Amino acid sequence: MNLRFILTKLFRAFLTLVLAVTFVFVVLRMSGDPVTQMLPDDAPPSVIAQYREMWGLDRPLPEQYVHYVVGILHGDFGFSFRDDRPALDVVLERVPLTLELGLTAFGLTLILGLGAGLLAALNRGTGVDHATMAFTIFGHSMPNFFLGILLILLFAMTWRILPSSGTGTWAHLVLPAVTLGTSYAATVARFTRSSLLEVLHQPFMRTARAKGVPFRRSILGHALPNAGIPIVTVVGLRIGALVGGAVVVEPVFAWPGIGQLLVNAVAARDLAIVQAVVLLIAFTMVVVNFLVDITYGWLDPRIGVVRGEANA
Amino acid sequence: MSQATAPAVSDAPAKTSHRRRRLPVVMALCVAWLALAFILAVGADWIAPYGYAEQSLLHRLKPPSFLGGDPAYFLGTDGLGRDVLSRLIFAMRTSILIAFCGTLIGSAVGTFLGFVAAHFRGWVEEAIMLMIDFQASMPFLIIALAILAFFGNSFELFLFVVGFYGWEVYARLTRGLVLQANAQGYAFAIRTLGVHPMRIYIRHVLPNILSVLVVQVTLNFPELILLETSLSFLGLGVQPPQTSLGLMLGEGRNYISTAWWMAIPAGMAIFVTTLSVSLLGDWLRDRLDPTLRSAEQ
Repeated sequence: MNLRFILTKLFRAFLTLVLAVTFVFVVLRMSGDPVTQMLPDDAPPSVIAQYREMWGLDRPLPEQYVHYVVGILHGDFGFSFRDDRPALDVVLERVPLTLELGLTAFGLTLILGLGAGLLAALNRGTGVDHATMAFTIFGHSMPNFFLGILLILLFAMTWRILPSSGTGTWAHLVLPAVTLGTSYAATVARFTRSSLLEVLHQPFMRTARAKGVPFRRSILGHALPNAGIPIVTVVGLRIGALVGGAVVVEPVFAWPGIGQLLVNAVAARDLAIVQAVVLLIAFTMVVVNFLVDITYGWLDPRIGVVRGEANA
Repeated sequence: MSQATAPAVSDAPAKTSHRRRRLPVVMALCVAWLALAFILAVGADWIAPYGYAEQSLLHRLKPPSFLGGDPAYFLGTDGLGRDVLSRLIFAMRTSILIAFCGTLIGSAVGTFLGFVAAHFRGWVEEAIMLMIDFQASMPFLIIALAILAFFGNSFELFLFVVGFYGWEVYARLTRGLVLQANAQGYAFAIRTLGVHPMRIYIRHVLPNILSVLVVQVTLNFPELILLETSLSFLGLGVQPPQTSLGLMLGEGRNYISTAWWMAIPAGMAIFVTTLSVSLLGDWLRDRLDPTLRSAEQ
């Protein structure tokens, strides 16, 4: 993997970030006067005037844009009028809970998705394969919020073995993580199966078998690394879906993370919070995509600086 | 379906050997459900026994008639005494209408941008690809939420925002396909004849790549339904007294322990619809072109 490859990817990541900040800036300015939007309705005129000057709203737009970007670089994402605190503080204290849920769902996805995909590919046409395919179709079509409600109905209300909401113990984590991870696991299982099947029929696998490589080693040492690239791609690309999913799943289980915060902020039009969450997610996604691209180049050294086809 | 219009000079691989097989039972069921959903959506005003906002406070939270409820309400009533079956029918109309319009907007915008990128190349292509990368890297739900928060919710805005879902997939797909087509003999041949590029694209290239785009529609449509119902479920999409499948599920959630019939039918309707379109799409994809499996993800 060469330096130029990394630098190109870094540059693209930077451009995406600039685009995200510009997007929020443009939408915010288009939607009306940001001061009246960001401050409560009963804000005194002196405070409004102060904010107007602070954000330089009397200046030309390009100057305002620079001002805005500088503010963001200094961690100034506006002031949440509902919490009466800087928006960034409100958002950051929710991050650990979302990470906890997201990482659990992610881990579950990898174990379930990779495992099921691997088993299905190795036992093609058997019951295991059919069950995996049925699971992938189910996971792909099932809305996560409906799945969440069904799980609550069964496990929390009918059988009373798991809590339906709240945080604290691992038991609280089970239902939200399963709900969040199911569709993701379905996608991973499907791709693991299909890319493994493709690799298993390659000539080098026949060669490996012919020269007497033990079965287990031929799978772990030959098939999986070669099937790895599409799997890494889909795992990486789908992290965005996981983030979007968290926004829907968190309110279902009253999980006080970023997603619930965003939904409540949108409903209350607490724009400072919305802005902070959107930019935070954009930043996270850019970092994740960059890491996926790098992993990609590391898995397959043939990938040089081919324009952003990584997620084609 | 599209090959009929391919010009005589085409050297595109002939794909006319469609095997005639009977429609499998599962696919027939999917088609039947989608046809039923379509009929319900179009004829909601005549089919639904009650209006979607018609309240009868004396008949609140009645269970479905087959569970010993009032025979006048087949699927029971909700917390305001509204007939669940009627609301379900109108909700299907809203959800399907939004997904349908969304598919039209997204595919039109995306396909157009794909053509533009492939035609002009250079910085235009770079700019469009950058936008595609940006869109692909940001969860669409977040962008939709941000726009709805900044501008305030209205049905038109909601339709517009949801409509943009998936444009980047169409754009990327179209760009690749058009570049491929441009390199093929038939497009080159007509271009040498001096035919206007616009005409080449609309009359010759588009019909040739249409089958791939149609398959993309079947992938996109269920995702659009999920997006719309997710937003409506959160109370940030379709607003009451209007109804959508997601909104019904969201309203029914608060009654889930006492009146499950408010939420479950709506959830099942979403599930069965997305399932049907996905299964049909898979089947269609296998039949239209098996090599597509690797072309898109």
